[in-house]
Amino acid sequence: MRVTRTVGTALRALRRNVTRAVLTAVGIIIGVAAVIAMMEIGNGSSTQIQKTIASMGANNLLVQPGAASSGGVSYGGSSVMTLTPEDCEAMLKECPAVRSAAPIVRVRTQVIYGNRNWVPMYIYGTTPAFLDVRDWSDLDSGEPFSDRDVRNASKVCLLGKTIERELFQGESAVGKEVRVQNVALKVVGVLSRKGANTMGFDQDDVVLAPWTTIKSRVSGSSAQTANQSAPNAGAAAGGTSVNSLNQLYPGALALYPAPSATQQADSPMPVRFTNVDQITLAAVSGLAMPQAIAQVSQLLRERHRLRPGVADDFNVRDMTEMSKALSSTTGVMTQLLLVVALISLVVGGVGIMNIMLVSVTERTREIGLRMAVGARARDILRQFLVEAVVLCVAGGTLGIALGIGSSWVVSAVLHWPTESSPGAVVAAFVVSATVGIVFGWYPAWKASRLDPIEALRYE
Amino acid sequence: MAFLELKEVTKTYRTGDLDVPVLKGVTCQIEPGDLVALMGASGSGKTTLMNILGCLDRPTSGEYWLGGEEVSRLSNDGRAHLRNSKIGFVFQSFNLLARTTALDNVRMPLTYAPTEVGERAGRERATALLERVGLGDRLDHVPSRLSGGQQQRVAIARALVNQPSLLLADEPTGNLDSKTSAEVLHMFQQLNEQEGITILLVTHDPEVARATRRTIRVKDGAIADDGRSEAVVAAALH
Repeated sequence: MRVTRTVGTALRALRRNVTRAVLTAVGIIIGVAAVIAMMEIGNGSSTQIQKTIASMGANNLLVQPGAASSGGVSYGGSSVMTLTPEDCEAMLKECPAVRSAAPIVRVRTQVIYGNRNWVPMYIYGTTPAFLDVRDWSDLDSGEPFSDRDVRNASKVCLLGKTIERELFQGESAVGKEVRVQNVALKVVGVLSRKGANTMGFDQDDVVLAPWTTIKSRVSGSSAQTANQSAPNAGAAAGGTSVNSLNQLYPGALALYPAPSATQQADSPMPVRFTNVDQITLAAVSGLAMPQAIAQVSQLLRERHRLRPGVADDFNVRDMTEMSKALSSTTGVMTQLLLVVALISLVVGGVGIMNIMLVSVTERTREIGLRMAVGARARDILRQFLVEAVVLCVAGGTLGIALGIGSSWVVSAVLHWPTESSPGAVVAAFVVSATVGIVFGWYPAWKASRLDPIEALRYE
Repeated sequence: MAFLELKEVTKTYRTGDLDVPVLKGVTCQIEPGDLVALMGASGSGKTTLMNILGCLDRPTSGEYWLGGEEVSRLSNDGRAHLRNSKIGFVFQSFNLLARTTALDNVRMPLTYAPTEVGERAGRERATALLERVGLGDRLDHVPSRLSGGQQQRVAIARALVNQPSLLLADEPTGNLDSKTSAEVLHMFQQLNEQEGITILLVTHDPEVARATRRTIRVKDGAIADDGRSEAVVAAALH
């Protein structure tokens, strides 16, 4: 009750000199508005930068099979065939830090269109999730292939910009058919330009197709394929118990009637894995990389039934270089904004203190009068303090509105990316109230120390 | 027992190493309901005496009894409380809050009342007082739109809002012309007679002193003359 009375007195006092109150608050208004606008614009740019870096693959992980060795001779990375498409599915399902995952089957062979041919750097058999992992969803033209295409091992592909240029020479590739290892693949889309990666390899020199298509239709007959596994898998793609595709894509057409339990027991079929060459996955954010690595490693050890003490039969790689760039960029941005915010608020606070000091001098007689009619020193202290805080909080509120407004204008007119930041709004409010208390304290204390007799006689 | 009693009150200001005695042992009593003028030349110590009587200042030595309470040794907060509840001040220069309505000016001391007065009750009390001083039609006028006499009447209403038993007026007519002076003086007399408020007027104007029942003349920090106003004023003029 006392507080409302004091606030009422402060408001009445401020209303007596509206112009000055407004001008005083302008310092805080501008300070807070600058903070809010900076935070929103800065957050927007920061997110944009993070997105850009992320699209370069900063939050990507690569899982490769481990190295086989025999008699002390290692065959190098990816020389065992331990990764399966089911591993990929399981990662997506069971690792919360993984945003999306795509299996990859690689071949290296010739692609032919008309009288032209080209050997792409990469021919990747994968799923549509690959585009999401690599932040490549905006196609230049056409549409990506679908999960249904993967399920059906459809003869479709996406071409990189380089290949479209080399094979089609400016013509549109969408809808045409290219031949890969004598398999005609219909071009459903052309990828947007991505340029070279950090190692200097042209990332646009790529053909993407459903991994089932590559695995079963292309790689089996490829001379240069990196893996020779399951050469006859294509025939089995329809669905028998030997092929794990059956479980992976339950909707696939069954070519044979399902064997009864007795039949299965009578003629056990050799279990053959459909392996993939690598699995690429994206963590939910650049910061969640360590969790993603830990979760994926644990999951794979479980799925591959590795006992404690047995070495991993896979490798998980992250893009350390990129993630460092990512975290340092965000860190610098945040610190920069913090410094700017502090400076502008301190300037606003000094403005408040200055005007409150002037106000105390100017209202010396009023203070004397209030003391004469019974105000105690602490009443005067509280009154001036509350005035300063009311000014700052009102200024802060206006500043928040102004800041949000100006960041909106900036994003509307200049098309800068902005992002609202509720944290900054709360912080600006708390800070402006604190500024009021801190910078209002000295003038208020000075006022409360006045001698009523002197103050009443002050001219 | 007297309503207000000073016993051997002294006040000494210290400027550097030099002690300047301003009050040199003032002893007097004022009965409740009296109307007293306090006269004296500049530098006679009457303002200091007034400050001590108004509990704005503390005597260096001596006792000050107000309403049966020794108040000269009270703390700052204690005296603030006393000023709020028992004493009303009227100043020569009115000291109204600028750009604040007459009603709000009158209500201002209620803000510091130890027992809270509700918004409505405060408004009613202030309105009644402004009507009492003849300004019932100017409740929402700001001081700059009131004449000097009206401003002083607002100040009187403000001094009365906490229902004090002592009203201290420091040269209340000093800034007013003779006609409005007479009005204001009449108001003090009325208040004194009808409400029984003890009023102490500080003045150097013999006209004002004549309007009171008793005049105390201060000279060189001591009471030089004390008695019925006509006699004291007459003596002072010679």
